[in-house]
Amino acid sequence: MKYNLTHLKELESEAIYIIREVVAQFENPALLFSGGKDSILCYHLAKKAFYPGKIPFPLVHVDTGHNFPETIQFRDQLVEKDGVELIVGSVQKSIDEGKAIEETGFNASRNGLQTVTLLDTIEEHKFDACMGGARRDEEKARAKERFFSHRDEFGQWDPKNQRPEVWNIFNGMKNMGENFRVFPISNWTEMDVWQYILAENLELPSIYFSHEREVFLRDGVIYSDGEFMNKKPEEKVEKRTVRFRTIGDMSCTGAVESPADDLEKIIEEVAATRTTERGTRADDKRSEAAMEDRKKQGYF
Amino acid sequence: MSENTTAGYLDMELLRFTTAGSVDDGKSTLIGRLLYDSKAIFQDQLEAVEKASKRIGGEGEVNLALLTDGLRSEREQGITIDVAYRYFATPKRKFIIADTPGHIQYTRNMVTGASTANLAIILVDARHGLVEQTSRHSFIASLLGIKHVVYCINKMDLVDYCRERYEEIKSEIEDFASKLDISDVRYIPISALFGDNVVDRSKKMDWYEGATLLYTLETVHIGSDENLVDGRFPVQNVIRPQTTEFHDYRGYGGRVAGGVLKKGDEVTVLPSGFTSKIAKIDSFNGEISEAFPPMSCTIMLEDDIDVSRGDMIVRTNNQPSVSQDHELMVCWMSQRPIQLNGKYAVKHTSRDARCIVKEIRYKVDINNLHKLEDDKAIQMNDIARITIRTTVPLFTDRYQRNRNTGSLILIDEATNETVGAGMII
Repeated sequence: MKYNLTHLKELESEAIYIIREVVAQFENPALLFSGGKDSILCYHLAKKAFYPGKIPFPLVHVDTGHNFPETIQFRDQLVEKDGVELIVGSVQKSIDEGKAIEETGFNASRNGLQTVTLLDTIEEHKFDACMGGARRDEEKARAKERFFSHRDEFGQWDPKNQRPEVWNIFNGMKNMGENFRVFPISNWTEMDVWQYILAENLELPSIYFSHEREVFLRDGVIYSDGEFMNKKPEEKVEKRTVRFRTIGDMSCTGAVESPADDLEKIIEEVAATRTTERGTRADDKRSEAAMEDRKKQGYF
Repeated sequence: MSENTTAGYLDMELLRFTTAGSVDDGKSTLIGRLLYDSKAIFQDQLEAVEKASKRIGGEGEVNLALLTDGLRSEREQGITIDVAYRYFATPKRKFIIADTPGHIQYTRNMVTGASTANLAIILVDARHGLVEQTSRHSFIASLLGIKHVVYCINKMDLVDYCRERYEEIKSEIEDFASKLDISDVRYIPISALFGDNVVDRSKKMDWYEGATLLYTLETVHIGSDENLVDGRFPVQNVIRPQTTEFHDYRGYGGRVAGGVLKKGDEVTVLPSGFTSKIAKIDSFNGEISEAFPPMSCTIMLEDDIDVSRGDMIVRTNNQPSVSQDHELMVCWMSQRPIQLNGKYAVKHTSRDARCIVKEIRYKVDINNLHKLEDDKAIQMNDIARITIRTTVPLFTDRYQRNRNTGSLILIDEATNETVGAGMII
């Protein structure tokens, strides 16, 4: 017998170990759940970590109000089927309360406003650790992120003053009011995620798979049409066969033209593609350090 | 890509390696080359780097270092501040690179990167040969228990791909490396800039008969890097569903830290000393016949004994050392120097304790391994031998025998910062 784990099993074991550490080291953890594939994966790993018990923390969705309807439907079905607790933080509510100010113009997005709602939700529920499905291969500021990412009482990330993380010993000690973001799938790549979803036969929202959709083009990005989308007069809506590689809210997530309607075909497409999945995300295109700046302010 | 891709993918191993080198030795170029030649760099990333290279003022060459320098201040200052993790895969293996910067806070970052690595690549400039940095990197790799070290003699293009020069450097390093505890040492003459012996064999160095760097990374045997002898299972959580279906279920969640555990094995729970047998090794996907590191699983015992987080389930006939007194090599990672008789929080496996620093024996000059017995001011990036006494016993093995049960961290109780990385001797 060979006592070697395959790389997916090793990544799975690592993530389960981290999720268990979070539950042991923190009093009031939560799992950030967007309905995207990475958060679905984290949820699945959390179920594995505490099987046959229930996961001992709630799911938190920061709802921009500009979601793909398919994602919300998927989220609600999952919550009902598994009987887990779901807490929704509403960006609309933050706007209504005057805590967040809606961007205006054609490229307006509620993506940045999520930070306000997220920090408010953390404070309201006194979460001391929020787990999320961010991966280091997604974006270059994330490549320097720790598994256990310390945030001060303002939710800020200080990239130059991160705690060293040695071996597999994670330091979740903190002062009052401080909290942590924890990223159990830090070491997974996009390909790992898809292969694992295939191997474990996980369900995903339908918009990951090829479908016909009303879309329009802006700056080379294919956007889904929808009631929140402000189109310029010259932007014509047309039907195309598309799918989404990542799911943010509708205002900042672009589609790719694709005939891939099952997991095997998606994997072939991911293997052959020459752009990163965040290449379809307008939120990262705002500047070279867009992600770093948002993270410093308390973004995921 | 065919359907074989998926089948092969499910059977790949993971190799974690760290890269070390001094400033301007071509480390970023080498990593860029590995990522680019294995197609792990995407078009949009490359375009972003090309754009940034032009703005920063690089003439001609695309600056591949910009791929790895993720933070704004790193790009502005042209230096790497923190450990960055990079990913690539070939049809044979998946790789995680811990890319550590070559200058400021060097030791702290390299220790961080090396702590989880199976292999270290140490770059040596063919023009300069063995320099102080090379010895330093080698010592840290050996101290951190890295089993495989590959010395890449880089910039062979600048010494006319000269065999004699390569042999000269190799024998210099061999003399030095023989003093270190590294079981598998290899040497490869390369030019990261032109790609010689990185992914493809060099046409200019036909005198070199060894493997290319990528082939080495793909084939080095890592199956025996984990300790498969001493059964160790630190308990992270107690899993008690208390539902109708699983009314009496009581399992211990954790990750195997050593040895191979099986149903029926006679085990002892530390610190209580109670003995029982493994009734079942459970998981979401069903019962597991054998659990080994680094597998996460849930262990159930035959007897209903008191077990909680921080306890360790071990093989009865092969137990770790149980002690409150520990000799360590410590890498100091804080601006505030170590305090003799100072108190720190300790984390060791899943166990928490506090400790007092009883003695600072000596500091190590990491350039030549000399013991500095008169210099006991241990600052950031220093490595020292110390003794500590913990409030509760820890269940330990020597670090060189088992990284998981031989390592601990020290935490400043005032700031909660991780200030020391300790390896038990």
